[in-house]
Amino acid sequence: MSIQVENISFIYNEGTPFESEALKDVSFTIEDNEFVGIIGHTGSGKSTLIQHLNGLLKPTSGRITINGIDITSTKNLKNIRREVGIVFQYPEHQLFEETIYKDIAFGPSNLGLPDDEIKMRVFEAMKTVGLDVSMKDMSPFELSGGERRRVAIAGVLSMMPKILILDEPTAGLDPRGRDEILGKIKEIHEKYEMTTILVSHSMEDIAKLVNKIIVMHEGKVSLIGTPREVFKNVEKLEQMGLGVPQITYLMRDLRKNGIELPDDILTVDEAKRCILEYLRGVRDA
Amino acid sequence: MENIIMARDLTFSYETGNEENKKKIVLNSLNIDLEEGKFIAIIGHNGSGKSTLAKHFNALLMPTEGDVYVNGMNTKDSAHVWDIRQTAGMVFQNPDNQLVATVVEEDVAFGPENLGIDPKEIRKRVDFALNAVDMFKYKDSAPHMLSGGQKQRIAIAGVIAMRPQCIILDEPTAMLDPMGRKEVINTIQRLNKENGITIILITHFMEEAVLADRVIVMDDGNIALDGTPKEVFKEVKKLKDLGLDVPQVTELAYKLKQEGIDIPTEILTVDEMVRFICQYK
Repeated sequence: MSIQVENISFIYNEGTPFESEALKDVSFTIEDNEFVGIIGHTGSGKSTLIQHLNGLLKPTSGRITINGIDITSTKNLKNIRREVGIVFQYPEHQLFEETIYKDIAFGPSNLGLPDDEIKMRVFEAMKTVGLDVSMKDMSPFELSGGERRRVAIAGVLSMMPKILILDEPTAGLDPRGRDEILGKIKEIHEKYEMTTILVSHSMEDIAKLVNKIIVMHEGKVSLIGTPREVFKNVEKLEQMGLGVPQITYLMRDLRKNGIELPDDILTVDEAKRCILEYLRGVRDA
Repeated sequence: MENIIMARDLTFSYETGNEENKKKIVLNSLNIDLEEGKFIAIIGHNGSGKSTLAKHFNALLMPTEGDVYVNGMNTKDSAHVWDIRQTAGMVFQNPDNQLVATVVEEDVAFGPENLGIDPKEIRKRVDFALNAVDMFKYKDSAPHMLSGGQKQRIAIAGVIAMRPQCIILDEPTAMLDPMGRKEVINTIQRLNKENGITIILITHFMEEAVLADRVIVMDDGNIALDGTPKEVFKEVKKLKDLGLDVPQVTELAYKLKQEGIDIPTEILTVDEMVRFICQYK
């Protein structure tokens, strides 16, 4: 499913002394089946923006079209909310049922689906996020933080959304938990051809996963492009309180020292390849 | 140098209520000496016992077996609880859960006020603490209007106003953006270097652990590795097996070595890697 955002602005508490403009003339397009990363420091408008994408917030002006349907003028947002699933920050805080099964089944049950359909969806979602089906009767509170987060993600997947939005899904997880969750998100994106939007503070994670980055700054889109294009703007990103992956810094500093290496390296393996080439070139020369 | 914190055969366990597995051992007979004035990082995967250990360092938890001493005071000795908490202050992950007042300077004054300290002295301490975290100009602001990194620095100022010798920070940057993370880390490095405050930092960010004098790696209630960052992070494979990570440049050095390049495996920073490669220029 594709998303078109055209010139949207959003003002919190309009007409009060606390009025603040959170989004200013934001426009971009996300194509069907893209994997998009949104970065920006706290207060840059990221969270306000994603809440617009399933109609939780309505723009003060501008238009959002999802799969050809203008969601800013329609009153019927039920279908949109079904198709655009949002996993909020620390989603495990929202678990409330007695068992994992009931928690994941909550959404589909509210759709009034038949029991066997619900069961199929719950089991499928559990498998997708890497939870063993035998755990279904456990209380979510018996699980580790990473497992609980996976239950929360499964709860959104059981709605079978066409667009999946995740707001900092790895915050507070240890490195392995982080890699597991990101691995699952990548699998989901590929297996269900889901349009996926990832909000993250980790430039390393963004560099590894997405094919397009939207950089938010002071309520505006400041940069947009592929990770290679965006992470070339080291100085600009730093001025915005962001950064680039450590490996990208390394390549920049090597170039500053007169070593000719590509300026669009994003991962350790890419860096290894071109440094090896350089070192072997020097040795053979 | 004196040890500010000592753990002797420290075991912490609890009853699970589970028939097969009655007792869960969180900390397994640990012996640790933490030197005064050092910056110590504790890393380990979720559930490895890091936070439980830290909570023993200011008497929030008591050992099931063994003892913990803070400045020579046994944490089990209830007469010393307040002295211990004043010696070793604690900062937690979520800044929003730690601020209590509606004005920044009142929040920082909360601790000393509860000690019944003279108002003039409180004024001095609050000003000192706010300057120490570089937040003095926000003294009249409302905490909820600040950014995450600023809120965390106010939480640290609240601890500094208690004049602690040691600050324990349990994942203080987990909820912050890159700039907020940098602010907090610069602040604690400065408190360590300039004010000589012992820092114990629990973190999942390896780039932060690299900055410490000493890194302790926890795994299932045991100490898996303990040494300088260079000693610890060269164990790339072991750390990955423990579910941890190393900085990207350290991983790069490790991979270059596997390719037969003669490179030291104890490279931790971008600068060190740049220096290594440039010598071939």
